[in-house]
Amino acid sequence: MPILVPDINLRIIAPALIVTVTAIVVLLGELVTPAERKRWLGYLSIAGLVVAAFAAFSLWGANASGFSGMVVADNFGLFLTLTIALSAALSILLSIPFIHAHEIDQGEYYVLLLASVAGMIVMATATDLIVIFLGLELLSLPLYILAAFQREDTRSLEAGIKYFLLGAFSSAFFLYGIALVFGATGTTNLAKIAASLAQSAGSPMLSIGVGLLMVGFAFKVALVPFHWWTPDVYDGAPTTVTAFMSVAVKAAAFGAFFRTFQFALPALALDWRAVAAVLAVLTMTLGNVAALLQSNVKRMLAYSSIAHAGYILIALVAMSANGLSSALFYLLAYTVTNLGAFGAVIALSDGARERLEIKDFAGAAREHPLVALALTICLLSLAGFPPFAGFVGKFLIFGAAVETGWAWLAVIGVLNSLVSVYFYLRPVVQMYMSEPAEGWSGIRVAPLVALALLIAVISVIALGVFPAPAIALAAGGLIR
Amino acid sequence: MINYLWLVPALPLAGAAINAIFSRKMPRWLVSVLGVGSVGLSFLVALAEFFTVLGAGAQGVFNVSIYSWIPVGNFKIDVAFLLDPLSALMLLGVTGVGFLIHVYSTGYMAEDESYGRFFTYLNLFVFSMLILVLGSNYLLMYVGWALVGLCSYLLISFWFTRPAAAAAGKKAFITTRIGDFGFGLGVILIFVTFGSLNFADVFARAPQMFQLGAPIITTITLLLFAGAVGKSAQLPLYVWLPDAMEGPTPVSALIHAATMVTAGVYMVARSHVLFSLAPFSSEVVAVIGAVTALFAATIALTQMDLKRVLAYSTISQLGYMFLGVGVAAYGAGIFHLMTHAFFKALLFLAAGSVMHAMNGVIDMRQLGGLRSKMRWTYITFFAAALAISGFPLFSGFFSKDEILAQAFESGHIILWAIGLLTAGLTAFYIFRAFFLTFHTQARWTEDEGRKTESRHSPSSVVGHPSFHPHESPASMTVPLAILAVLAVVAGFVGMPSVMGPNFLEGFFAPVFGEAAAAIPAGTEWMLIGASVAVGLIGIGVAYWFYIASPEIPVNLAAQFKGIYTLLWNKYYVDEFYSAVFVEPGRRLAMFLWQVIDVQVIDGFANGLGRAMASFSGALRGWQTGYARAYALLMLVGTVIVIGWLMLR
Repeated sequence: MPILVPDINLRIIAPALIVTVTAIVVLLGELVTPAERKRWLGYLSIAGLVVAAFAAFSLWGANASGFSGMVVADNFGLFLTLTIALSAALSILLSIPFIHAHEIDQGEYYVLLLASVAGMIVMATATDLIVIFLGLELLSLPLYILAAFQREDTRSLEAGIKYFLLGAFSSAFFLYGIALVFGATGTTNLAKIAASLAQSAGSPMLSIGVGLLMVGFAFKVALVPFHWWTPDVYDGAPTTVTAFMSVAVKAAAFGAFFRTFQFALPALALDWRAVAAVLAVLTMTLGNVAALLQSNVKRMLAYSSIAHAGYILIALVAMSANGLSSALFYLLAYTVTNLGAFGAVIALSDGARERLEIKDFAGAAREHPLVALALTICLLSLAGFPPFAGFVGKFLIFGAAVETGWAWLAVIGVLNSLVSVYFYLRPVVQMYMSEPAEGWSGIRVAPLVALALLIAVISVIALGVFPAPAIALAAGGLIR
Repeated sequence: MINYLWLVPALPLAGAAINAIFSRKMPRWLVSVLGVGSVGLSFLVALAEFFTVLGAGAQGVFNVSIYSWIPVGNFKIDVAFLLDPLSALMLLGVTGVGFLIHVYSTGYMAEDESYGRFFTYLNLFVFSMLILVLGSNYLLMYVGWALVGLCSYLLISFWFTRPAAAAAGKKAFITTRIGDFGFGLGVILIFVTFGSLNFADVFARAPQMFQLGAPIITTITLLLFAGAVGKSAQLPLYVWLPDAMEGPTPVSALIHAATMVTAGVYMVARSHVLFSLAPFSSEVVAVIGAVTALFAATIALTQMDLKRVLAYSTISQLGYMFLGVGVAAYGAGIFHLMTHAFFKALLFLAAGSVMHAMNGVIDMRQLGGLRSKMRWTYITFFAAALAISGFPLFSGFFSKDEILAQAFESGHIILWAIGLLTAGLTAFYIFRAFFLTFHTQARWTEDEGRKTESRHSPSSVVGHPSFHPHESPASMTVPLAILAVLAVVAGFVGMPSVMGPNFLEGFFAPVFGEAAAAIPAGTEWMLIGASVAVGLIGIGVAYWFYIASPEIPVNLAAQFKGIYTLLWNKYYVDEFYSAVFVEPGRRLAMFLWQVIDVQVIDGFANGLGRAMASFSGALRGWQTGYARAYALLMLVGTVIVIGWLMLR
């Protein structure tokens, strides 16, 4: 009788593994850390993320698959892993002073964040629908708790519960989609699905399955009309959690989205590309139009994040190598830019009293010229204004769309990014062109927040002015 | 020298960066040294580059790649500069006039509390404009194009404490962004058509791939021109420029007269290969230019705000430049761009000097009789007025004459006639402004007691104000004098063939090709005679109306009240736009948002605020209410997605 030896290759899941181990260490460390030293748990978490990033670097180009083809360490997944690790590290830098000021500095915060990161890495490197689902749930459950982490604040609680209910709802769709696709093709492995579909024609069962998978991803990356939760949850969650969610979840979920649709379902591309194109138009347009009318910065950035998901979806519609690399670049650019913007918003808050209304920013430039400058740069980058990271990202995505014959989609994208300039400039106008509001004096920007902001802004400028190395890395990320 | 080309934009950028971060902690003189010095050095490098191009003669086209910017697959875009006679001349204009205006600003802005911020923006603007001019591909040009718009916005709203300034900045930004959308689409279409954005590739491929009048080239050029219409304030997107006068006067001189607003003309000249292939587009450019020239000049006839007269004059003169490039007289268009930069910058700076002396008053109804008080300002304004009127041998005479002659010679008789009429109106309105400001009786009272403090944000003094006007400091009068010399003599580089050699035509040959055959001497003299005649008539009528018999314009205004009111209110275009575009646009956005977001979502649960208030009593109620609504909407979306996938 042959003995089945499981195909275990721990090296290719090293980044996720390191993050998980770090989470456990932090959880145990929490027990022995006195209250006034809680910030060390944050530093420990960042250290774990740095080690995980190094592990991902060491795997660069390995292109190894393991666990019977369920997980892969290809450059696509590793690029996303690095993006996710960067976003988590910056978020923690912002969080350490933030959760202290809001008196929610418990070690669990970092544990949950790291657990979510582990789920994200699994999702971005999974090549099997079941493992993708595993990653999806692992990243989502801690986020539901984190969204509700400000227990004293009903809005935070509401955000967590709402996110959880709707997340469960969409997970069910997604799981049912997996079941139907399995029924139609006899496998959940992405490569085998692609092989199976190359030979057989589609079926109604498959179509429903693909539709449900699309809905599942659409919910996680917040595409219209599956975005309803986003403004409420982003608004209610602690600002640092919102910052983290808005970028890292997108990187992980878009990774799996691209992998599943571009790699496993090219045979059905004629169908889903049209649907995705319509979703992209709806998402960009509604996100930007709604953002135009917000008076609250967090809500504005929530709608803005919806719009950005629309831009990235254009890259999926393009379904080309350049589309793939442009999406990776865009996700990285969006990550540093959005974290920079949230970082500046956090930097301008007054201890536990946050300034979230746009009118609260009046005169900030006079009191905190550098923070105001940083926020201006990040908002211009979000608007796709040259020469910042967001501009290059949009140029790459629109270029990929034009190349593959989707010029009209690019045109709508350009129109949308023009509209977006207005609402991104509103806080800038307030900061520079209004008399200072009261209560600015005596606010000090926490050094860790300043550090995160500095890293983010330098990245935003560097990715805009010298994007070539990052583009080269992203271009190497072809899906296996 | 070509290896140092990067210094030209890098120096102002460094100045802007240092002033942005450290200006609060630096003494004022250091801010000035950095702000002015960086542009001055940049000018010296540009001068050296100019002579490099001049010395290279027909080989004077250099492509300098700085580094690889966006490489994607087989398609790559470099940060690369194109130095040829066209960009070399533009460099001189931007850095040279820019330097003079920076020097002037040290005097003009001396008492402003945001001195460092001002120089930061101004340096950033110079850098952006240089990128626009030097970029050797459409993407880099777009970067400069967008950045100058941003700087213009920042500088128009510089005195943001006044709501008018903030509103004007917003208006400028929004209006020009409409044009930018066209420009962006044009760039996309160029990429789709030629697979490249490099000027060298596009211009080499265009004549090989397309016949004269190919629809795709016509579309591309019209889209590009839409960008120019916004940026260079032509009909129908000119409305932002008069309001832009809310910015500090040096800004009006540099950005809204000498440099940024001419970017559209530069872009058309730079893309002349494409425009030559698109006769229809060129015709559109010429017609819009000519009509704008006339339209804006008529508005300038009645305005009482000196800076507004100059603003409408700028729109009108930009129209001339477009008329030039529209009739394929690219060299003539750029020639007028250059002479206009000198005399219009001078007119604005002189107007600023008047404001400096008159405590911010710029309404001509409260000026008058300043001739003896401000000698330098008076003389330099006079020189500039003669130049813009096309007085023989002054710079505007040569450049305007060349545009009109080329329009006539290419068979655009009607456009030529419009241009000629506009020349007469131009001479009239500028001398009207000149007489009302410096001659006529003083409409203010001498106040011996105090020296008027220098303030520039326009103030409206009611009634009969009293001042003690004084000539401006040397930091302001010296730039005036230098610009005056240039405004007088700069025209001799492009003399008509009957009068002497045309240096500029030969200089531009590597860019625009050999010049067309010379116009017959008889025709040429006839055209010159006509231009000079209408210019002199315009000046004469202005003298007659405002010096000899001042009661005539009052009577005329009363007699033709309808026309006067129409012109005074600038044809009511602003009101029209507000009613037709702005208000409905706001309502549409509001409607979309309310229907989709507020109605659909909040309709289920009456909004977060009320839900919060009823939190204690209705915990379950609001939670499930919200989530159920969302879930239902998601379900609908899911059904649609699946239905579509199945039906295909």
